[in-house]
Amino acid sequence: MAVLAEETTRDRLYNFTSRFQIFIILILIVAVFSALRFDSFATFANFRNVLVQAAIFSVMAVGATYVIITKGVDLSVGSILVFSGVAAAKVMEALGDQGWPIAIVGIIVACLSGLMWGIVNGLLVAKAKVPPLIATLGTMGIIQGLALILSGGIDLKDAPYVLGDVIGFGSFLGLPVLAWIAAAVIIIGGVVLKITKFGRHTFAVGSNSHAALEMGINTERHLIKVYALAGFLAGLAGILSLARFGSTTISGHATDNLQVIAAVVIGGTSLFGGVGSVFTTAVGVFIPAVLTTGLVMVGAQSFWRDVLVGMVLIGAVYFDQIGRQSKK
Amino acid sequence: MEAVLEARGVVKRFGRIEALRGTNFEVRPGEVVALLGDNGAGKSTLVKTLCGVHTPDEGEVLVDGKPVTFNSPSDAQAMGIEVVYQDLALAPDLDSAANVFLNRELLRGGLAGKLGVLNFGEMRRRTEKALEDMQVKLPSVSVRMDALSGGQRQSVAVVRAIMWADRLVVMDEPTAALGVEQQKAVLRLIKRVRETGRSVILISHNVPDVLEVADRAEVLRHGRRTARFEGDQMTTENLVGAITGALIQEDA
Repeated sequence: MAVLAEETTRDRLYNFTSRFQIFIILILIVAVFSALRFDSFATFANFRNVLVQAAIFSVMAVGATYVIITKGVDLSVGSILVFSGVAAAKVMEALGDQGWPIAIVGIIVACLSGLMWGIVNGLLVAKAKVPPLIATLGTMGIIQGLALILSGGIDLKDAPYVLGDVIGFGSFLGLPVLAWIAAAVIIIGGVVLKITKFGRHTFAVGSNSHAALEMGINTERHLIKVYALAGFLAGLAGILSLARFGSTTISGHATDNLQVIAAVVIGGTSLFGGVGSVFTTAVGVFIPAVLTTGLVMVGAQSFWRDVLVGMVLIGAVYFDQIGRQSKK
Repeated sequence: MEAVLEARGVVKRFGRIEALRGTNFEVRPGEVVALLGDNGAGKSTLVKTLCGVHTPDEGEVLVDGKPVTFNSPSDAQAMGIEVVYQDLALAPDLDSAANVFLNRELLRGGLAGKLGVLNFGEMRRRTEKALEDMQVKLPSVSVRMDALSGGQRQSVAVVRAIMWADRLVVMDEPTAALGVEQQKAVLRLIKRVRETGRSVILISHNVPDVLEVADRAEVLRHGRRTARFEGDQMTTENLVGAITGALIQEDA
């Protein structure tokens, strides 16, 4: 028993430090930039700027956290974002008005488009048993291609003004509306994962899908729901992006999938499934966002961001591996 | 005494292969019965038929003397029959309370419950109680499964089965992957299950294990029951003889 108690303590310590590791890294990055450029970096204006940058990625990363906990991956989120934005813009253009009713129709169209593609991904992974990497690599191309066909390859810019004014650039209680939306998605997504039956089954499917099946969980249906959630959130990100940039930004999301996966993994969610948290994913999203603005302010080339994010990513997975081996 | 669970003349075919060829088998109340047989004798197929994974092509399955039809494992579970699979069916990243209540999660009352919010406290409390009843000691029910020893994991799987099985627990090679001390602990656990009044089917290759805990033994060979032993007939010589086919009882 003594030996076991020791393992348990180490287990907890490992969980504790790996959870906080990423917070500590984020705080260190903020501290370094603040020390170098206190006048511009540690300002409220810059804080707002970082929040806006992180917001749209956070929404996609919440879905990706669920997917990665099931031992899956979704490469198609960037394409879904583009497709949903194009579909919403097309419908809103056809209805041709600038008011809220049209904007709401656009929001619904974007979310439903995302949901539909998410269900397609889920069916491919759960029913057709195509490995997630391949299934979503395939749909990534298909969805992006269809978005280009639908739009004729030209960015649509006819979003209702209210969408941009209120959602894209609006503020509520001093903070960007985009950040509030992202915060709501993170909190709901994080709490559902932590304390509900749906979250529990997500962990179980990722930890040992065979066991989940033997205990009577409908693992196929659960996987479809998880991919549907990821698609839905990518659709929501699509309308947020349209609101922010006033354009469908067709060619701007080719690497969103990798950035989202990087954020999830930096946040400590394991690619081996069964372990993860939406709240630490949110921290994982902030690291690239903080680096981007910080590096610009200290006068470094912004390309350094990619170098540093890559290093943090490899470090995060390395420590995850070490933690797993020490438990064996 | 009427059998808790009985198979009568069960035939199960997979394509042209006849895995069970008119197999009989019975479990009486409150007993540990060993199901023995060489590889390919039909042990797994029989057990899968008894717990609803397979449906028999011919013959019938009876619970408390009444014919039943199991279309899925959950039908058998509803009749109080649980299986401890050889792979244990545990999620290594979840703790024992989560595993014991896997897919039988308790929800909170009111609106929170409708939204699917788990009742962590109650699940932990009931798991602790069940472990205590079976005298299984764990550092805590909140420890991840992969931080426990093989024997402790086996115990959690058995306790989970007992928790949901009113009638019968089926154990598939429960000591196969364990060290000597842990094997003993699992055998003690099997005896405690019998003390609770439940029956146990013990599938095993291990003759000493069977001699230690089983009240009776039934032996399968080529998809048929070829021997039954109880009392002082339960000897290594008889069991091994029946498994290898050297000993066949005409009336089995």
